[in-house]
Amino acid sequence: MGNYVKLIALGCTTLFAAIAANWGRDVAYIVHAMIIMAVSAFLFIRVLRQIDAPVAATPEGYMDDVIRAGVIATGFWGVVGFLVGVVIAFQLAFPQLNFEVLQPYGNFGRLRPLHTSAVIFAFGGNALIMSSFYIVQRTCGARLWGGNMAWFVFWGYNLFIILAATGYLLGGTQSKEYAEPEWYIDIWLTVVWVAFLAVYLGTIFKRTEKHIYVANWFLLSFIVTVAMLHIVNNISIPVSIWGSKSVQVFSGVQDAMVQWWYGHNAVGFFLTAGFLGMMYYFVPKQAGRPVFSYKLSIIHFWALIFLYIWAGPHHLHYTALPDWASTLGMVFSIILWMPSWGGMINGLMTLQGAWDKLRTDPIIRMMVISLAFYGMSTFEGPMMSIRAVNSLSHYTDWTIGHVHSGALGWNGMITFSALYFLTPKLWGRAQMYSMSAINWHFWLATIGIILYAASMWVTGIMEGLMWREVDANGFLVNSFADTVSAKFPMYVVRGLGGVLYLSGALIMAWNMFMTIRGGARVAAPVGVPAE
Amino acid sequence: MENTSLLSQLADNWMLLAMFTLFIGAILWALRPGSRDVHKETASIPFRNEDHPGSSEIEELQQ
Repeated sequence: MGNYVKLIALGCTTLFAAIAANWGRDVAYIVHAMIIMAVSAFLFIRVLRQIDAPVAATPEGYMDDVIRAGVIATGFWGVVGFLVGVVIAFQLAFPQLNFEVLQPYGNFGRLRPLHTSAVIFAFGGNALIMSSFYIVQRTCGARLWGGNMAWFVFWGYNLFIILAATGYLLGGTQSKEYAEPEWYIDIWLTVVWVAFLAVYLGTIFKRTEKHIYVANWFLLSFIVTVAMLHIVNNISIPVSIWGSKSVQVFSGVQDAMVQWWYGHNAVGFFLTAGFLGMMYYFVPKQAGRPVFSYKLSIIHFWALIFLYIWAGPHHLHYTALPDWASTLGMVFSIILWMPSWGGMINGLMTLQGAWDKLRTDPIIRMMVISLAFYGMSTFEGPMMSIRAVNSLSHYTDWTIGHVHSGALGWNGMITFSALYFLTPKLWGRAQMYSMSAINWHFWLATIGIILYAASMWVTGIMEGLMWREVDANGFLVNSFADTVSAKFPMYVVRGLGGVLYLSGALIMAWNMFMTIRGGARVAAPVGVPAE
Repeated sequence: MENTSLLSQLADNWMLLAMFTLFIGAILWALRPGSRDVHKETASIPFRNEDHPGSSEIEELQQ
């Protein structure tokens, strides 16, 4: 019966997508209709071929196939996202790289959202989905709820990525930062996200452990809050059902406030709460000891949840937003410094009594640098949210540097260490194929981030100072183009930092490939004493 | 406009009070006497059920 319903739904979707491909009003919409048509036709045939197959018994044990797929997807999207980042970094330094033949698809304006979405949503999102599936099963002692729904979440989410990425290149965007995908992609993501929530909650409901481990609290708050943010920020009315263009319901300063309430909480709940969930599981596992203070982790959780949601208005200092609102955002951002550092200390102190592992275990080293960057960027962020500092830093490259020290340092490094933890475990290997390659990855990535952050500090502060410089008569001294040419050397350094970070990720991809294919090398790993 | 000012009034006092109480309550609850054993037990969850669901034996912590 279920299969017949599926067939009817898939058949109707294929037909509708075919009509939409014919009647579509813009390129992005037509291409998306064709992608959806191809996917649903493929699924239709697949369901049809299995329609009379006997129903297989529910397998026992953990559902790890979908996590294996997630590990591979995370590695793949990471490399893609970093590569696009390197390309656009050099496009800024050398505008000639916006090649004439590739216009308009290959210019900076279209590649930039491709980069941000590829690293945040494709790399980060796949990392979060696969590790939350891993963590929720292990800490609940239960198989994932909902059977193949976990596969629907994985493939549905990656279809969202494909639609979003092709949409940006073809010009389909609603111009909201970090929420660029158009209305039908937003609806699809909502469906996938609800399924994700159902799988996650279902697994928690049937847990065999009495208590819910703190990592699950963080991951659950990430899933619930992202759903809420996504729906509110994407309330829009399509101009036509046959086109990708839509009109936002909010306008003016309300729209700006909703956008940055969304934008900052995407940082707070996607890039922070979600990744903290990973941290609270993988750091204790790799260190072989329980988290330093479980009480502190609970306080960390509630403080983060109650405070983060108010911090958004600090993106709108000196705008049409009322002063009281931006002051509120600023105050809450500064208070946030405390739970953030509490969490960082909790993670670092988990190594108490195991500090020697820092010398011998490159994965632990990666986790420690990741927590260090979490601490640094959560110190820098509140500082930049102060109105007086913001008047210098806003709209400059300092902001870009801040974002990257958080994203490359904290999110990237904790994800790499999770990948190094999970790959051998999921494919039944003793350890990664090459431990010295992890070491190489660690140093390439760290030096890359340092080059990136340092050059952006220099160029950002220089740019801010040049913009506000006035002569004795009160005239501005510098034109905008003066700042652009002054920034050139720092842009090259930033691009080189990106190259180092990308090469580290390529080494990781090779290491993962070799681990999956063959298992550990026999030679003793570098720097690990025989215990 | 009426609704907006009513909502803003509610947010300014009762909602603020409720959320603040909830927040402080959650922290005090975490710090309550006798929570130590519960927390110790919960903190050791990652070291159980590594390979199979629902096995309740506590695996030895790897030192």
